[in-house]
Amino acid sequence: MSSISQLRARRLARALATAGMLAAGAACAGEVEVLHWWTSGGEAKAAAALKAKLQTLGHTWKDFAVAGGGGDSAMTVLKSRVVSGNAPAAAQIKGPSIQEWAREGVLASIDDTAKANNWDALIPKPIADGLKYKGSYVAVPVNVHRVNWLWVNPEVFKKANAKVPTTWDEFFAAAEALKKVGVIPVAHGGQNWQDFTTFEAVALGVGGVDFYKKALVQLDAATLKSPTMEKVLTTFKRVKDYTDKNAPGRDWNLATAMVINGQAGMQIMGDWAKGEFLAAGKVPGKDFVCAPAPGTSKAFTYNVDSFAMFKIKNDANVKAQKDLATAIMSPEFQEAFNLNKGSIPVRLNMDLAKFDDCAKQSSADFVASSKAGSLVPSIAHGMAVPSAAEGAIKDAVSQFWNSDKMTAKEAMERIASAAKVK
Amino acid sequence: MSALPMTLPRQHWLPKLVLAPSFVLSFLFIYGLIAWNGYLSLSASRLLPNYEFVGLEQYVTLFESERWWVALTNLAIFGTLFIGGGMVLGLLLAILLDQKIRAEGVLRTIYLYPMALSFIVTGTAWKWILNPGLGLEKVVQDWGFDGFTFDWLVNPDRAIYTVVIAGIWQSAGFVMALFLAGLRGIDDSIIKAAQVDGASLPRIYWRIIIPSLRPVFFSTLMVLAHLAIKSFDLVVALTNGGPGFATDVPATFMYAMAFTRGQIGLGAASATIMLATVAAIVVPYLYSELRTRR
Repeated sequence: MSSISQLRARRLARALATAGMLAAGAACAGEVEVLHWWTSGGEAKAAAALKAKLQTLGHTWKDFAVAGGGGDSAMTVLKSRVVSGNAPAAAQIKGPSIQEWAREGVLASIDDTAKANNWDALIPKPIADGLKYKGSYVAVPVNVHRVNWLWVNPEVFKKANAKVPTTWDEFFAAAEALKKVGVIPVAHGGQNWQDFTTFEAVALGVGGVDFYKKALVQLDAATLKSPTMEKVLTTFKRVKDYTDKNAPGRDWNLATAMVINGQAGMQIMGDWAKGEFLAAGKVPGKDFVCAPAPGTSKAFTYNVDSFAMFKIKNDANVKAQKDLATAIMSPEFQEAFNLNKGSIPVRLNMDLAKFDDCAKQSSADFVASSKAGSLVPSIAHGMAVPSAAEGAIKDAVSQFWNSDKMTAKEAMERIASAAKVK
Repeated sequence: MSALPMTLPRQHWLPKLVLAPSFVLSFLFIYGLIAWNGYLSLSASRLLPNYEFVGLEQYVTLFESERWWVALTNLAIFGTLFIGGGMVLGLLLAILLDQKIRAEGVLRTIYLYPMALSFIVTGTAWKWILNPGLGLEKVVQDWGFDGFTFDWLVNPDRAIYTVVIAGIWQSAGFVMALFLAGLRGIDDSIIKAAQVDGASLPRIYWRIIIPSLRPVFFSTLMVLAHLAIKSFDLVVALTNGGPGFATDVPATFMYAMAFTRGQIGLGAASATIMLATVAAIVVPYLYSELRTRR
């Protein structure tokens, strides 16, 4: 306990020191209103750290936290605020939604802040591109989640005499072994984004990076109807045979709990699942294993949380808004926040000494993939395609997952026609 | 007497003046917003409302969407079974309760009680009851009937019927109360006369009592029909539209499109269709009501 509080004290001291330097430059104080849904334990702590930092700069932090619905209710509130001409300074918006909001002409450029802090060198290009509208930054990234993870309970695997799979063939072999010893092989929650999280892992593992980009990011019709796609879909459907009957509607964290208590062997889920393991007092590498989803060790599916900056009027508030952007990208905040959230910092070349092994591996793969060009956006988490098409594709994939009658060919047709939704 | 010509005009404008604010407000906030929704459904609105006119494009997209057809089919299945089942069960309960038994008040309260719960609670409770790994199926299997399966909740082809079950459970007591009131309003002397003529009790019910409940049937139909079309909370709590979108109904479709998928125009179009459906039921009812008053 004492070591943690010491750690926190040190972190705070460092934050204060940087803040002091910045404060010297702050001419006048403004107010930032920030819309977010960081209301759960670790997230709320991270938000409080950001608030403290802005207060040391002399700005007022107006909290605009809207709980629930993975941000749906927050978005509804945000829309009404923006329509009435009273936008907050920043709001938690990510992926192509940033472009959608920018197209409505309500986002502000923070290019000068980005240039002053050299963001272009700090953020990998595919991610930076997603934060820009017409070449200028309109949003600031907070973290990177890796989505293509496989979470494994090693104790159960030992009992079944199975090994952690690195390819899909090994995955099914392991699943078969787990089934024999009476364990649910794959913990799954049947909600459309979870179905899709599994689907995109299979697509990346079976089809490879180029296929993934062409089919699911560019939505190329020919690739969506190719034999590779058919193979992806059949493999995806095979996974379902290893899930349990009660999966429909189950929340992801309940599925993770099944892996934690040994009821199930593995789960395909993003690194927020790590938070559940850690909260249950489990140690990475010993009580649970994090491995890249089968066949995807050389690639990285990202889900980047970010804050979009809105056009606001008052000059002092604009100054505060820019300080907020600087603060979010600062190494101190990135470290503090991501330690709490289970994700990794979006800044390249950060010291990761305080992070656990899963995060270190995630970060190493992140850097390697960003060099190799195998960094791909997660569709399940709204990073790749506009929300209308994304929803329609998710619907089609879920329908295929749930239906006993639909063939892979039919599913391909449906996905291809869903991809045309604008 | 000279006061009379002065009070007359005042009596003329005063009621109108008193009514005016509520009239303006309801006009603005009910019909104004309906009109706005109608206009949005003809616009290219996406994330935020915008007023670029695109004609019937959103309706074309809507009726080309497979998910919308699933929603409409589900509404038809749910509506028919929910209204039909609710009425039959409610009427049955009312007739049984009408037999001048002891402790009727207690029984009535028990029957009516589900109505006191919100659809969210009903949905959540039934979600547990119908879950194959926790509820009914597991209990019966634990009793020794290993072959018993009841997995409708997780079966895409059957899930909508679980919504029907929960809906009927919720509303039957309320329907019973309506019918019971109707039954109590029937003139005893007719029944006594029939009894004197030697008619059996089922026959009396079938030929005399139930036919005279026609107005009750009608108002029950009205209440249940609009409940069926608006059924949003029950579906959200019970299945959340799943598995996949197998239990989507127009209300959940509208919410998904307008609020989570950034397709306000499409959502508005589906809302207009829902409104038209409700109107198709309510307008004839209002018409008949107003006509009989005259």
